[in-house]
Amino acid sequence: MSSEWPLWEVFIRGQHGLNHRHVGSLHAPDAEMAICNARDVYTRRNEGVSIWVVKSNEITASAPSEKGPLFEPSNSKIYRHPTFFDIPAEVGHM
Amino acid sequence: MYAQMVKAEGAKSREEMSEQERVFQDRIDRGEKIEPKEWMPEGYRKTLIRQIGQHAHSEIVGQLPEGNWITRAPTLERKAILLAKVQDEAGHGLYLYSAAETLGVSRDELLALLHNGKMKYSSIFNYPTLNWADIGTVGWLVDGAAIMNQVQLQKTSYGPYSRAMIRICKEESFHQRQGYDILLKMCLQGTHEQKEMAQDALNRFWYPSLMMFGPSDKDSVHSAQSMQWKIKINTNDELRQKFVDQTVPQAEYLGLTIPDPNLKWNEAKGGYDFSEPDWNEFFDVINGNGPCNVERMEARVTAWEDGAWFREGLMAHAKKQDARRAAARVAAE
Repeated sequence: MSSEWPLWEVFIRGQHGLNHRHVGSLHAPDAEMAICNARDVYTRRNEGVSIWVVKSNEITASAPSEKGPLFEPSNSKIYRHPTFFDIPAEVGHM
Repeated sequence: MYAQMVKAEGAKSREEMSEQERVFQDRIDRGEKIEPKEWMPEGYRKTLIRQIGQHAHSEIVGQLPEGNWITRAPTLERKAILLAKVQDEAGHGLYLYSAAETLGVSRDELLALLHNGKMKYSSIFNYPTLNWADIGTVGWLVDGAAIMNQVQLQKTSYGPYSRAMIRICKEESFHQRQGYDILLKMCLQGTHEQKEMAQDALNRFWYPSLMMFGPSDKDSVHSAQSMQWKIKINTNDELRQKFVDQTVPQAEYLGLTIPDPNLKWNEAKGGYDFSEPDWNEFFDVINGNGPCNVERMEARVTAWEDGAWFREGLMAHAKKQDARRAAARVAAE
């Protein structure tokens, strides 16, 4: 018989105005306990002002093998970066 | 720290590697981090599970010798500090178990391996903490040695392990300082008897602390492959040397004597010469015959078994709540 608690991924907002960021994972029987445990495990030194938890098995991730097809197409589109365009110095800041 | 004698195979030369293994090794050589779902050699995965698992177990078992003194700390402030420190160790264990789990082993499996003796924890935690000076000494030497090892592991090739190490290192410095602070009080402001206690603690913990880095490089058969994979960055002897060089001046400041008649500054190598610990004692302790091995394992197994009803109860409650929510949804539709 397995009573192993499910795994949760923990996201913490470090300060007001910042995104929640993935900080790690932990085991807990339910969402409420996952929040309590996340408080104890990941915010012992004022690391956060808000916690999200989500069951690990409910996260859909891109596969490492798809790295090429997913991300390579943007490599050649350097015109998406503002530095691609030379603006004459006389024009000033743009 | 805390990973001693982790088994790994001998390193492969490029010619012996498969194409996939060569690509993998190139990524490591370029300093890329390996992430959980990516391809990795089976040996890399297995060695990491052993090493991270042993590291996690050490953090958890390491709570026992210090937890022993929480109720007996000399002041309320010291008690609060020690409590926070021991709680950190639990946290460090949890970060590391999570990192190990990304390699496809479950938490319960890892704990079962600890409980049936198939996985080890650091030899250092099989020594008793007899008095308050021991708590200071454990923080100073044991956490000091752990930091020495963990700082280099921040650069380890496996992403989740590296990130756990970075978190741990941020917190670990508090541990060493609180230990040294206990000894500062005892040695510089304490009575003659208190200083004697500190010296006695150093006498007992010095060699076991040196053993924490594992056997000498010449006897460490597992290092080559681990270093090639950047699971390990420095050799056991390099780290031990650094630890001694760092610790000797700290002992001098306390007015304590390192219990080694051969300890001598070596100008040529820019470090101290020192005596090796008794490696027979080390192997004996690793193999279960240290002063506290039985007690430590009993405490862990008892905690696990006594907590079973609680873990199961919370799980049953969670399932019931889920079922109720599902039923409520159906009723509403």
